[in-house]
Formats: sequence, C-alpha cells, structure tokens
Amino acid sequence: MSSRLRSRRFYFGLAIGALLVLGGLGAAHYMEEHGHIVTGMTNQVVWGLPHVFAIFMIVAASGVLNVASIGSVFGQPLYKPRAPLSGLLCLALLAGGLMVLMLDLGRPDRMIVAATHYNLSSVFAWNVLLYSGMFAIVALYLWTMFERSMNRHSRTAGVLALAWRFVLTTGTGLIFGFLVARQAYGSAMLAPLFIVLSFAWGLAVFLIVQSALYAWNAQVLDSAVQRRMARLLGVFVAAAFHLVLVVHLTSLYFARQADFEAFILRDGGVFPLLLWGGYAVAGTLAPLLLLFHPRLAGPRSALLAAALVVLGAFAWLYVFIIGGQAFPLEIFPGYAVSSSFGDGAIAHYAPRLPELLLGLGGVGVAFVLTAVGVRVLDFMPKDDFAAPQSGTVKGAA
Amino acid sequence: MTPDRDTGARQALSGRRAFLGLAATAVGGVLIAPGIHLMEIAQAAVPGASAAGANPRVHWGLLIDTTKCATGCDDCVSACNTENGLDPRPSPTSAQWIRKVEIKEIKTGRAQSLPVMCQHCAEPPCVDVCPTGASFKRADGIVLVDRHTCIGCRYCVMACPYKARSFVHEPLTGQKPDVPRGKGCVEGCTLCVHRVDKGGSPACVAACAKAGHHAMLFGDLNDPASAISIRVRELATSPLRADLKLGTGVRYQGLG
Repeated sequence: MSSRLRSRRFYFGLAIGALLVLGGLGAAHYMEEHGHIVTGMTNQVVWGLPHVFAIFMIVAASGVLNVASIGSVFGQPLYKPRAPLSGLLCLALLAGGLMVLMLDLGRPDRMIVAATHYNLSSVFAWNVLLYSGMFAIVALYLWTMFERSMNRHSRTAGVLALAWRFVLTTGTGLIFGFLVARQAYGSAMLAPLFIVLSFAWGLAVFLIVQSALYAWNAQVLDSAVQRRMARLLGVFVAAAFHLVLVVHLTSLYFARQADFEAFILRDGGVFPLLLWGGYAVAGTLAPLLLLFHPRLAGPRSALLAAALVVLGAFAWLYVFIIGGQAFPLEIFPGYAVSSSFGDGAIAHYAPRLPELLLGLGGVGVAFVLTAVGVRVLDFMPKDDFAAPQSGTVKGAA
Repeated sequence: MTPDRDTGARQALSGRRAFLGLAATAVGGVLIAPGIHLMEIAQAAVPGASAAGANPRVHWGLLIDTTKCATGCDDCVSACNTENGLDPRPSPTSAQWIRKVEIKEIKTGRAQSLPVMCQHCAEPPCVDVCPTGASFKRADGIVLVDRHTCIGCRYCVMACPYKARSFVHEPLTGQKPDVPRGKGCVEGCTLCVHRVDKGGSPACVAACAKAGHHAMLFGDLNDPASAISIRVRELATSPLRADLKLGTGVRYQGLG
C-alpha cells in the first residue's frame, strides 16, 4: 500500500471515529437539554445502555493491560513487544468508558462536585480515584517503555499497573457487589468474576486491534504468536464462563433466589435469549470452537472468535445490568404486590437512539485515541523472530 | 551526527522539554484554579447553612397501621404530591415519593393496602453508596438529598431496597420554595422536613388523620413518652425487610 493511500485511509478512518464522537457528544447535549426522558430509562431501570458500553470499556481497559503485564512483569518475550500497544489501548478504552459514564449523569455539569466531594464509604468514589490513578500509572508505564533512560523502571511500573488494575476491576465488580437491595447483585463473587471477564474482553479487543494494525501495515503476524494468543483467549473465555456458571448455580441453590434465576435463565424474554444465545452460544461456545477445533483454528477464526467474545460481552452486560434492574425488588417476600410505581412488576426497558449514540461516542473516543496514538508514536509490535512458520516461541504463555 | 549538530539537537530538545513543562503547568493551573475557587465558595457557605442543624436528641419516626389503611384510599399520596409540588400523574418516569402498595399473601390470600416511602434508615444504603455525599442523614434521623451536590449518578436508586428514590427525568417548573427539586437529580420523601422543622407533621400523616383513618403516626422515637414510642413498645410492629437490619425510622403494624 502506498503511503499516500495509507494516509488517505487513515484520515478517512479518523473522520468516521470523529463522527462517532460528535454523535455521542450531540446525544449527550440532547439528553442534558431534555433530561433522561428522551432515553428508555425509567425509575425502574435507572442504568441503561450507556452503562453497558461504559462498563464494557472500563472492564476491557483493565483486561487489555494483561498483555503488557504478561510481557514486562512475568517476562514472557512474546508479549513484551506488545506492551506499549496494550498500554495505549488501556488508556483509550478507559477514556471512552469514562466519557460515557460522565455524560450519562443527570448533572454532567457538576463534574467539579464529583472531583471535590468524596464520600469514602462509596465504591463510586473509590472508583473516581482508581480511574484517575489508572490513567497516571499507565501513562507512567508507557513513559518507562518509550524513554530509553527509564527502561530499567519499566518492570516496577508494570507491577504497579498490574496491582492497580486488579484493584480497579475489583472496584468495578463491587459497584454491584455492594448492592444489598437487588437479587441480581450483592455477591462477593462479582469482583473475581469481573477480573476474569476483563481478561477475556481485554484480550479480545487487543487481538482485534492487533489484526487491524498488522493488516494496515501489510504485515503478517507470526503464526506461532497468533496461536499462543488465540489459545490464551480461549482459556480466559472458558474461565469466565466457569465463574458465570458458578454465580448462577449458587443463586439457583438458594430458594429465595429461585424466582430471579427463573426470570434471567428462562422466563424473562429478551434476557434469557441474550444470555443463552448471545453470551453462552455466540460469545462463549462459538469462540471456543473457533479457537480450539483443529480444523477451524487460524488467524481468521481467531479474529472472528475475538469479535464474538466482544459481542457476548455486550449481551452478558445487558442481561446483568438491565435484567438485574428489570426484576422487581422483593420488599414483601411471600406476597403478590402491585402499585403505581411498578412494585411486583417486571420493568420494561427499550434503549433509545441517544443512549446508543452516546455509547458509540465512547467507542469513537477509544478508536480515535488509538488511531492517533498508533500513527504518532511507535506502537507496532516488533517481534524479534521473522519467519511465519518459526515453530516454537520460547517461554510463551 | 557531528558533535555540533548533536549539541544543537540536544539544545532544541531541552528547549522543547522546557516549553512542554511550562505548558503543562499552565494548563494544570487553568484547570485546577476554578475548582479551588469553587471549593472556597462552597466552604464559605457551609457555616451559615448548618447553623440551624437538626436536633440529635430526636429520632423522627413513623408508624403505619396497615389494619387502618383503607384499600383504594390514596389521600396520603395526593397530600404528598400537593405539598411537594410533584406531578400527580404516575408514570414509570415520574417522581413518586410515596405510593400505595396492594399486597396479597400468596399462601393465604390475605390482602392489605399500605403506603411505602423512604424508610429513613439508621444505616441507609443510599448514603453509603453516594459518591459525593449528597445523600445524607440528619442528626434527627431524616434521610435527605442535597440537591446542590447530587450529580445524578442514580447509584442510590440502585442501592435502596425500598424503591424509595426517584430520578427527575424532565425539566421542572413551578417548584415550591420549601422543596428544592430539579432535573437530573435524585429525590425522595423528606418526611416533610420543612414542616417538621416548624413543629408540624408530614403532609401524608395530616391527610390520613383528616380522612379519619389515623393509620399513620408520626413522632419522636427517642422520647419514651411520645405516642409513637408507646405504640412501638406495646404492640407488635416490624420494619420492611427486617433481614437487612437497616434500622428504619418507619415501622409497620399488622403486617405479616
């Protein structure tokens, strides 16, 4: 590809990203002007589609850093050249996710209040500190990687980033884990579940971006590298599925949770459909098949599997966040309940365009930051070995 | 690179670094200064605002007698709407600070009707989760939302086990001077704090008494001689979701 054509394509891609960002900002302005009445959210489902996008990006931001950790903390040579890209993606996804979260606030104009008033018993307040800290630590980590004189501190910064991101994803899981009121949440399991989900989602995003980057630069990813990373994605996807299964099995075992589980797993219409069809089949079984079946495994299958993992992530988050709120609060156990405020009734929620545009705006921010970063600085992974069929890679994960 | 060019490049680099450092400091200053200014204003406003604080010796409570609460009567709801300037037309996006709930025991078929509102917990989950501290509990047990610091994150709505919080979905007009409300903030029953602070009782309690039901009793749970203290001492009453041990200020009689 000539550099001129590549340049033209870059600006075309950037323009699409910028349009997504503009769409998101426009939607946020529209929501700010008219209030959340223009969204599908209600007093029953107060967190809607923007939260699905935001939490996906924040969780994936933490997980995508896994690639850097495996390289610089655990010393795996295959992952080391990928550490800068991993750091950049972490920052880009975090920025995109936080933009969506902030612009979905009822009063986004009061960000200064959120930055100056901390209630330290609130997981949300912890997360404000954790997210800002993550930006600083990953920026520092990238600096130690790029500045030759700082290279010797790269491992220390990597360890710090690894520890911080574990705490960060624990914090994200605990946003729900600390909710005593609702049957869908309030479980310590949600912290480790979110950590393992972050591994799978982050690596899936990384593989998609890495494929795009190699295609863009007309390079072929070493097949051994590709195989190793694909296998690791498979392990993460299977581990995440195991924890999701354990959460539901535990819940099914308790009689008081039976109605909720029946709703999520069987009777809840769109929710069981998304959980089984979207998450279990399309987002877990299909990727596992594509990654591990001897006849299917290959670069294209790995890319498709990664895309399906992302799709499954959105399906799972939709069920987890929206389904968890749609099921009524049990204020009177053992009673049939009705009121003008939706007591005892399954809440209806249909996302509307401004919510979707806001969520896509966050994706646009992540895309633009990544594209510009990759263009301006050298984030392209450089493997020391060249031959595509080089066989084994020493010490790979 | 020759030594001269090398030195030149180094000087240029150091000049660029100095410029970047200066620019970063300037940008940081511009970003932080308004925040510091706002914090000063906010802190300056606090002493005056808290001068007439709630009485810590009082613990306001509400006892609801479900045996006296009439099915089909919603005088308490109407009174709340009128007192606080709420839209009387219920919808999934409207604010409902108090609502009548019809319950029917599945095993026995026994039906009851009762009002549910903020339970003014001693250990309120909404206060715990609020990132800015906008959700707070007064010294006299009344749980409120500071409309100046609520950012509209809705985490308290997620955390409340009683569905007692509402998010304002639309721009509002014609608010009552005593009841600050606004789009994008979360709100809930204030126990008519503006009336209580003047020695009155909540509008719902007054309306229930006016209708002759006397199903709601308001008073100081810390005063052993108050009517509410005597009733909760002598009769079987219970909080909603007793399993959560939130120490609610609202209790129910005749339930279960």
